Amino acid sequence: MSVLDQTRVDRPSPRPRRLSWTVSDAAVMIDRGMRHTLRNGDALFMSVFLPIMLLLLFVYVFGGAIDVGTGYINYVVPGIILLCAGFGAATTAVGVTNDMTTGIIDRFRSLPIATWTVVLGHVVASMARNLFATGLVLGIAVAIGFRPTASPLDWVGAIAVVALFILMMTWVSVMFGLIAKTADAASGFTFFILFLPYVSSAFVPTDTMPAALHGFAEHQPITPIIETVRGLLMGTPIGNSWWIALLWCAAILLVVVPISSHLFRSRTRV
Amino acid sequence: MSPGRNVVIEATNLHKSFKSTSVLRGVNLTVEEGTMLALLGPNGAGKTTTVRILSTLLPFDDGRAMVAGYDVNRQADQVRSIIGLTGQYASVDELLTGYENLVMIGRLYHLGKAQAKRRAAELLEQFDLMDAAKRAVKTYSGGMRRRLDLAASLIAVPPIIFLDEPTTGLDPRSRQAMWAVIADLLAGGTTILLTTQYLEEADQLADRVAVIDDGRIIAEGTADELKGRVGTERLELSFSRASDLTSALAVLDEESAQVDDERLVVSLAVEGADDVRRRLNALHDVPVQITDMSLSRPTLDDVFFSVTGSVQDDNGSAQHKADEGVTAA
Ligand SMILES: Nc1ncnc2c1ncn2[C@@H]1O[C@H](COP(=O)(O)OP(=O)(O)O)[C@@H](O)[C@H]1O
Ligand SMILES: [Mg+2]
Repeated sequence: MSVLDQTRVDRPSPRPRRLSWTVSDAAVMIDRGMRHTLRNGDALFMSVFLPIMLLLLFVYVFGGAIDVGTGYINYVVPGIILLCAGFGAATTAVGVTNDMTTGIIDRFRSLPIATWTVVLGHVVASMARNLFATGLVLGIAVAIGFRPTASPLDWVGAIAVVALFILMMTWVSVMFGLIAKTADAASGFTFFILFLPYVSSAFVPTDTMPAALHGFAEHQPITPIIETVRGLLMGTPIGNSWWIALLWCAAILLVVVPISSHLFRSRTRV
Repeated sequence: MSPGRNVVIEATNLHKSFKSTSVLRGVNLTVEEGTMLALLGPNGAGKTTTVRILSTLLPFDDGRAMVAGYDVNRQADQVRSIIGLTGQYASVDELLTGYENLVMIGRLYHLGKAQAKRRAAELLEQFDLMDAAKRAVKTYSGGMRRRLDLAASLIAVPPIIFLDEPTTGLDPRSRQAMWAVIADLLAGGTTILLTTQYLEEADQLADRVAVIDDGRIIAEGTADELKGRVGTERLELSFSRASDLTSALAVLDEESAQVDDERLVVSLAVEGADDVRRRLNALHDVPVQITDMSLSRPTLDDVFFSVTGSVQDDNGSAQHKADEGVTAA
């Protein structure tokens, strides 16, 4: 057996990194993220089927009991979509923690690559995975009676807001993934995220909640985001929600991305 | 150092502390082009730390670390483009298949896509992983993972390879296979820095051996030079009666003999099987009863004992006779 002689690969020579390499590194890492998504059956199942189950539960089981004026399905679908997106994005935390706590990060760091593309792979895969899952949930919602009134422009706006939300949630979970020392801790974060939409206007209007909860629900970031998406899809009044929503997303990203980048750099330099 | 060979890996006075624990206290080592240095030392000696510094993974406090003339701190990318690292614990992607892992690493070394695929297939075959190529790595055994990890380091045919305890925990057959691969890499002109806890391994493969203990290189030389300090193999003969032991010693008349009076054991330096036969033949006509016999190779412990015993001498070059609680005859 010879590990060298069959190959006609030239021995590499020492080279500084090139920009074109960074592009190809990013492509390889994104490809890796996508394969992980498809390979990790549990996460995929959870992030697609959990929202579908919730959709059916809310529409068919609770739907009759909750009166929000219009048909409940038209009220609840935007909330389900965000729940789906948020939950799916939160599973990114586990992937990041796994990368940081198993030996693979050392392998990547010993290669002539831009190491931050490891995180990029997770972020892009999360965007793709969750936009796909959102589309699926939306399709099922339409099949069981969801009737959005959005114009094409409204649709573009709604998709943009959902995408921004996914991006934000993904980065928040990247941050938690970098903080967590074990994959279990990281998945704990995922469950925390799962509960946020319940204390928002996702499933019931906030003014039906007790005062303390109402205050929290009104002012947590998910409520204006949901109101914006609902307004765009169903024509309900949006008011100030759209810019509050954008502000929340931008502010959270502005905090979370630098923190993540700092954490990543210090975790990969010790 | 023989003239004409380039020094490819060079650590000069490396210091490294984790918090207040000083882990490396001035490590110096050099590896010449196309040769292998074995960094030999017990658990916790600083082997992994040294390898991680030289392979750009770990910043250090003081000293200098150069690979192929590049500074590992300031020119990490140049260094990374020509090294392969197989760490002490396999660093492969558990969710991907063996094949996907190799193609991914190949592409991250910036081989073309087609080349990465061809090379991946080639290595899977050479490392006997064809059957598992399409399975996720999380289903692999420890030995398979190790092999895949090594294959990943070789995919771009790097001229410099770091191997951190590549055979620890492997069964004898896998260890032999690993040695064959390493010998092959050396024959192909690869420069290797290998760490190990086994003197035997260093002896088998390495051109030179550096012994590390408590963050310092305490001895350096060829395997033969090191073994010269500890002596060769030893033949141990056990007796049931003290009188037998005395008679045997009279016949053997052996200045290397060490006697354990309590256990009634005599230990002799021997060189090879023929020598063993000669000694036993000498005892043939003596009416003594040998109750047990064994042959032992010098271990890392012997080397340490020898080296730390002679460190007080000016430059550690003095010969030293091991006498671990055994009185010389
Ligand atoms: N990240 C770390 N933090 C604190 N101590 C460490 C760390 N890594 C290694 N050490 C300590 O440094 C010493 C040398 O470790 P290492 O280089 O792994 O030894 P070896 O590989 O020879 O077994 C050990 O005592 C170990 O406990
Ligand atoms: Mg080690």
